[in-house]
Amino acid sequence: MLRRMLESFRWGVLLIPGRLIAFCFFILLCIFPLIMAHPYYLRVLTLASIFVVFAVSWDLLSGYCGQVNFGHALFFGVGAYSSALMFKYLGWPPWATIPIGALVATLTGVVTCLPALRLRGPYLSLLTLAFPIMLLALISAFKDVTGGEYGIWGLPSLAGSRVSEYYICFIVMSVVLFIMWKVTNTRIGLMFHAIREDEIAARVLGINTIRYKLLAFAIGGLVAGIAGGLYVHVLRIAGPSTLALTMSFQAVIWVVFGGITSIYGAVVGVYILYPLGELSRGTLIAEYRFLVLPVLVILVLLFMPEGIAVWIRGKIERQCPRCYLSNAAWRRECRACSASLR
Amino acid sequence: MLEQIIITTLIIGGVYALLSAGFSLIFGSARIINMAHSAFFMLAAYGMFYSMRESGLAAIPSIILTVTTVTIAGILVYRFLINRVRQHMVAVLLITIATALVLQEIMVSRFGFHFRSAPYLIRGSTEILGVGVLNQLLLSLGIAGVVIIIVWLVLTKTKLGIAIRATAQDAEMANLMGINVPRTLFMTMGLATALAAVAGIVVAPLWPIHPYMWTTPLVMVMVIVVLGGLGSVKGSLIGAFIIALVESLVVFLVPGGSYLRLAFVLMAMVIVLVVKPAGLYGKVFEEERL
Repeated sequence: MLRRMLESFRWGVLLIPGRLIAFCFFILLCIFPLIMAHPYYLRVLTLASIFVVFAVSWDLLSGYCGQVNFGHALFFGVGAYSSALMFKYLGWPPWATIPIGALVATLTGVVTCLPALRLRGPYLSLLTLAFPIMLLALISAFKDVTGGEYGIWGLPSLAGSRVSEYYICFIVMSVVLFIMWKVTNTRIGLMFHAIREDEIAARVLGINTIRYKLLAFAIGGLVAGIAGGLYVHVLRIAGPSTLALTMSFQAVIWVVFGGITSIYGAVVGVYILYPLGELSRGTLIAEYRFLVLPVLVILVLLFMPEGIAVWIRGKIERQCPRCYLSNAAWRRECRACSASLR
Repeated sequence: MLEQIIITTLIIGGVYALLSAGFSLIFGSARIINMAHSAFFMLAAYGMFYSMRESGLAAIPSIILTVTTVTIAGILVYRFLINRVRQHMVAVLLITIATALVLQEIMVSRFGFHFRSAPYLIRGSTEILGVGVLNQLLLSLGIAGVVIIIVWLVLTKTKLGIAIRATAQDAEMANLMGINVPRTLFMTMGLATALAAVAGIVVAPLWPIHPYMWTTPLVMVMVIVVLGGLGSVKGSLIGAFIIALVESLVVFLVPGGSYLRLAFVLMAMVIVLVVKPAGLYGKVFEEERL
């Protein structure tokens, strides 16, 4: 079995530059606390892996299923606030509140979907934009329960040390990414693509589009809820910023920057943009960092409209015209069927 | 109380009507959701502040200067940024949000986070039915009303207006009929931005000016436009006053209303959308299929 794994590693990873880079990056993240145990960098990367989970859930709902959601922070915030409230009033530990918070977020996803089923395109985007703002208004109106602008603080941290916190978030991220990758490659992913491309045609072909849209909202809510629960226990405070408009757009910016409708695009987008924004705090461009990020986004959209990760992948990989396997761009012949690639 | 509600409704409604008319013009003809629309409104308010407080210009020249500058800025943004990614809805949204953020950051670095205000264009107050009303409020209302009527006349009576409406109905067919569609879209974008600039000028002496003043109007404009039907100018004018009425009623009558203002307004939008998915006057766009 070990030999088979080695074999598939040699043929499936080493020969394809994109996968090789992804593998090296994964290993680097695995051993990162051993190289650099500085708490600040660890914290940045911990939050980055949480945001990957959040961004991927937006990508599934909006990139794959085409239900462009502008209020994705709703699920993040519901996950965050429900796990914080459960600690505050029931005193439950994080390992119980985070899954329950995620379930509440799933339920929110399904409930949001009910009015959203009737709408599509820009109307849907603007409707979803409304929900987190409404919840935000309720939170500031019922200050005694939710803490208003100050939020709920003094939450227990996820684990004893920074390193174990990092590994918990990292493992959750890897599992979520693996599941997402599998889901999008199965029948369900295919249905999502069909709904995005042409909903009427999908319905004509006998796909129950309502069920699949509900499923997309539920998965999106669940995964974003997990991210929200982890986030509040890492920061140890659940504030209204988890529901803010910027949080929703942050997810959109990360995913579109990296490459929409590709799981790895979300990862690349978050791991480039988030640490860049955080680490530039102490440097020369600190004063202009809020200016630099939007300009960067504009430049990427103008010159690589499909996203930076997809663009790079297109440069270093080429698909075989006969058997559709990916090959390194510098090969002359396909590695499997030896068809000419030129 | 009642007269305060009426005046607040009229002034907020006028500003929202100016903003959302421009928003729905550019959505109707080019299918662009321009998230930077209210950033131009913010830019115009800062323009008034800069030209009147810091450069010491008189009222009329600074109005003209502000409207021209902001309109040119809008057309440049359309020409060099939006026009290139027009095919992808998400890309358009992102690029316009990014533009709005860039404008906001430029304002932060130039003027700082302080609340600013432009001086009143005229002083004094008039008594109407026993209530003292600031002359500036009346002037703002007047400007808003006149501009809305001018836009209505342009859209219904002139060749440009007919071209804009034809492009909104069916761009391909308009092109076949000899209308220069790209040029019409330019003119539409210019008109829309000019409307946002006028809205900024109207509120510059009344509301505090700060770099984040574009976010709340943006949400409001979206609510109004969805309520009235995306792309319908008439719907957005009526929707603006409905939303302004809801907003001022909530602020004046409900305890804790200033927090719940947005929630009530958005609730109104959700109800309308669920009952009537295309808004009050919306055309159901035929799905554009490949």
